[in-house]
Amino acid sequence: MSAGQRKINKWILHAILVLLAIVTLVPYVWLIIASLKGQDDFFSAIFLPPGDGAFGIGWDKLSLDNYRALFDLGFEVNLINSVFYSATTALFATLICAATGFVLAKHQFRGRNLITLVVLGALIVPPTLLLAPGYELLYDLNLLDTSWGLLLPLVAPAFGVFLFRQAVIQSVPDELLEAARIDGCSEWSVFFIVVLPLVRPMIGAFMLITFLGMWNNFISPQIVLQTADKQPLSVAIAQLRGVYKTDYGLLTAATVVSVLPVAALFLFLQKQFISGLTSGAVKG
Amino acid sequence: MSTGGVDSRRVVFSWVMLAPFMVLFLVFVVYPLIQSAFLAANQTFGPGTRTFVGTKNFELLISDPVFWKAIRNTFIYALGSLFVQLPIAFLLSLALNSPKLRGRGIYRLIFFSPQLMGLVFVSILGALAFEKRAGLINQALDAAGINDLLVWITGNDAWLEPDWLQQHVMATLILISLWLYVGFNMIYFLAALQSVDKSLLEAAEIDGAGPWGKLRHVIFPSVKPVATFVILLSMIGSLQLFELPYILLESSGGPDNKGLTIVMYLYQNGFDLGDLGFASAIGWVLALILIGLALVQVKLTRAQEVNA
Repeated sequence: MSAGQRKINKWILHAILVLLAIVTLVPYVWLIIASLKGQDDFFSAIFLPPGDGAFGIGWDKLSLDNYRALFDLGFEVNLINSVFYSATTALFATLICAATGFVLAKHQFRGRNLITLVVLGALIVPPTLLLAPGYELLYDLNLLDTSWGLLLPLVAPAFGVFLFRQAVIQSVPDELLEAARIDGCSEWSVFFIVVLPLVRPMIGAFMLITFLGMWNNFISPQIVLQTADKQPLSVAIAQLRGVYKTDYGLLTAATVVSVLPVAALFLFLQKQFISGLTSGAVKG
Repeated sequence: MSTGGVDSRRVVFSWVMLAPFMVLFLVFVVYPLIQSAFLAANQTFGPGTRTFVGTKNFELLISDPVFWKAIRNTFIYALGSLFVQLPIAFLLSLALNSPKLRGRGIYRLIFFSPQLMGLVFVSILGALAFEKRAGLINQALDAAGINDLLVWITGNDAWLEPDWLQQHVMATLILISLWLYVGFNMIYFLAALQSVDKSLLEAAEIDGAGPWGKLRHVIFPSVKPVATFVILLSMIGSLQLFELPYILLESSGGPDNKGLTIVMYLYQNGFDLGDLGFASAIGWVLALILIGLALVQVKLTRAQEVNA
């Protein structure tokens, strides 16, 4: 291949990539602008409404009114709920799965292999199969429409145990545990002082994945919670659409409010997320 | 070295550490799993009202045309993921794999970014963007003159303002999920491409292999394990599609159930109509399909290992 042709190929590749990048980004731009527009301006322009301002755009038509209307409806309650549910799930799921994964990887006791097998086997159970019996169970336990009913079934995911078991096997050498014990560490300090720091990359990735998973979880709160004040953003926004179907400004504002916190969190912790995402798939 | 006292203390510790997980796992996974088998043989009107019906749920299920419609829609979507979404993701990962490519970090982040929004919020955005009048898609198609072109080609005036959410539900679902998942799967493929042996590629080049030859003989074989894993994950996810159509179609199956999926059908029966037994039966059918798929994947992977 000649150098000239290579150069042309490179430009074609970039042209395609830029086009795809634009297609990916345009919905965000549309979303943000839409959340600032008044209802009438949706029909006058795709993006910014025309007017007398700079570049022939009616900048004065943009406002935060939609956001004001949103918070007048009490949307901040749902935002707080989402933060609470997601943070709680991330924290407890990480602790529980790390403890279980560590014990299954490094401790000898009767029944260990059986438990490991059952936990790994549980990975193939599709969560949708447990929806109906899980609902019945929460009804029997009187936990419907409570935070406990939402969170308890979600803070002990089998795949978390699997991930932490792998992480411990890979990055915690037996000799180190023995050395710590000989130095007089109790089993508790072995876990908290020796093991947890060694699997820190997995802790970061898993916390982030669980946090996002709960933030975006729709079906569990939809089934478990009935009271509007207890709903997280995911369910609240769907209900908002049910009531204000054509209030595009309000709905786009609600979407922005729901997405911004996690987007910021992700950009902050990007590396850990991507590595956690692929850690199950690729060895080494 | 260790004495009996240390050993038994360590066993107690093990069980204390295991206890929270074991209790929650037994109560919220194992017990419901067992119950789902019993439930599938019962009819209920809301929780705690079982009437034994034997295999009637499954008989009703296979004779219900709505169920078959849901199966069909779900598989159309899954095939869309398999034959449209994953190939695009793979091509993108190939394009972004070259370390010489300028701005590949930025491209990667951009293509991955829709994943950050999460399915539910993407569904809301999708529902608004595909709105008939005010939506981004129709306004953009109109501005680009594509609507006029479509009317001219098809001779059908409906393309002037296509009603995506009502008339072209499956296509809309596939398009939105393209936007959402292509970058996500690209990340897996990019990770897989890291494992391609550079010296093998060079050797192939010296032997006169073109881009296609390198792809076929070097790249495909080394990404195959990850590719089968990604395909399996994508199929498992696709066959359990729920939030996207549920939100897009405002908790209905759409006109003539055009957008009804298996899990939506399960949800409607279990939670709108209150028949948790029938819902469990649907859950079992879906579980068997998924487990069947997983077994096929394991078999294929084994066969590869034997051949290799």
